[in-house]
Amino acid sequence: MEVRTLMNDAAAKVAPEVLETAAPAPTVSVWQILVAFLIIGATSFGGVVPYLHDSLVTKRRWIDDKQFVEMLSISQSLPGLNATNMAVLVGEKLRGLFGSVVAVLGMCLPGGALMYAVGIFYHLHGDHAWATAALKGVAAAAVGLILATVVGLSKKALSRKFDFVFMAATVLAVNRLHWSVPRALIVVGILAILFHRPHSMRKAGILR
Amino acid sequence: MNQLPALARVFAYLSLLTVGGGMAAFPEMKILTVEVHKWLTFPQLIHIYSVGQMAPGPNMMMIVVIGQWAGGLLGAMVTLIAFFGPTALLAFIVARLWKRLEKWPWRKSIQEGLAPVSIGLLLAGCFTMAKGSVTGLDTGAIAVGVLLILLQYKINPALLVLAGAGIGILSFTTK
Repeated sequence: MEVRTLMNDAAAKVAPEVLETAAPAPTVSVWQILVAFLIIGATSFGGVVPYLHDSLVTKRRWIDDKQFVEMLSISQSLPGLNATNMAVLVGEKLRGLFGSVVAVLGMCLPGGALMYAVGIFYHLHGDHAWATAALKGVAAAAVGLILATVVGLSKKALSRKFDFVFMAATVLAVNRLHWSVPRALIVVGILAILFHRPHSMRKAGILR
Repeated sequence: MNQLPALARVFAYLSLLTVGGGMAAFPEMKILTVEVHKWLTFPQLIHIYSVGQMAPGPNMMMIVVIGQWAGGLLGAMVTLIAFFGPTALLAFIVARLWKRLEKWPWRKSIQEGLAPVSIGLLLAGCFTMAKGSVTGLDTGAIAVGVLLILLQYKINPALLVLAGAGIGILSFTTK
């Protein structure tokens, strides 16, 4: 428990090497990583983040809460899905390159195999009346799900009111002006990053 | 015709667009897989994306289906590697560099600046998809219903998508 008290923000910033020695990453084998991520990959219905936390922090104690939150924030700001980015970061921390590779494999294989089966099944039965009806409902529900994700992320990740202008500009660029996604990402992204430049964030009190 | 190089190219490119979520790449995915390469139709793309929301693991495993239809088992594997390889490599490099980047003030600027843009991309992807899937009052009601339930209650979203299938069978088969 004393180790935990050492792991506050100040300790991490002043002497990261002290942190490393104070809380050594537990020795975990590549097989253990593969098994853990296969289980997460096979059971994480409806979003991987809670399952990752349950498995890696609560059950196996391979990483602590602070590391988990930090890794999640890295995952979210990089391209790529949270699920696989988290697998890379956790795998790298525990076992380097091999750790990352098996973690990503474990994360992707169960869902990939399932979707492979779905692909075959869809070709065989996708045009049955009941299948078409079910898919119509599923597709509409998925739109609601994405909208809920947008609302949730906006509440969590947007720090300033003006961010909604960047958000709307991105939507208009892609949907109305038919810009390609990378073009919208680069043009609006650079404007937004400049808006959030360190000097302006200090003024707004977001950055110390 | 061998589709493997095209699958690798398209999905490696799409993977780099998934900033903030897989949906961010959806408008571009529609253009490339449906209009340019004709690996599947727009309704099929919407269907497999939506069914994919019920599968465990990363929520874009539907790409496996596109790979399979275009190039069999090998196509599925190429698609998977192309879609997850580049971003995994990037995450690996950033993981190694992170300690050094921590004190760089622009790191926070990039994070804060990309947040609204990535949410905007997510929403743009959602609108692209809604154009093909929310076609009337009935499907609109399902979408709004799912949204309201998720905002109000802590419930597993996969269950709601499954419920969407149930409602679909009950209400659309008779027509």
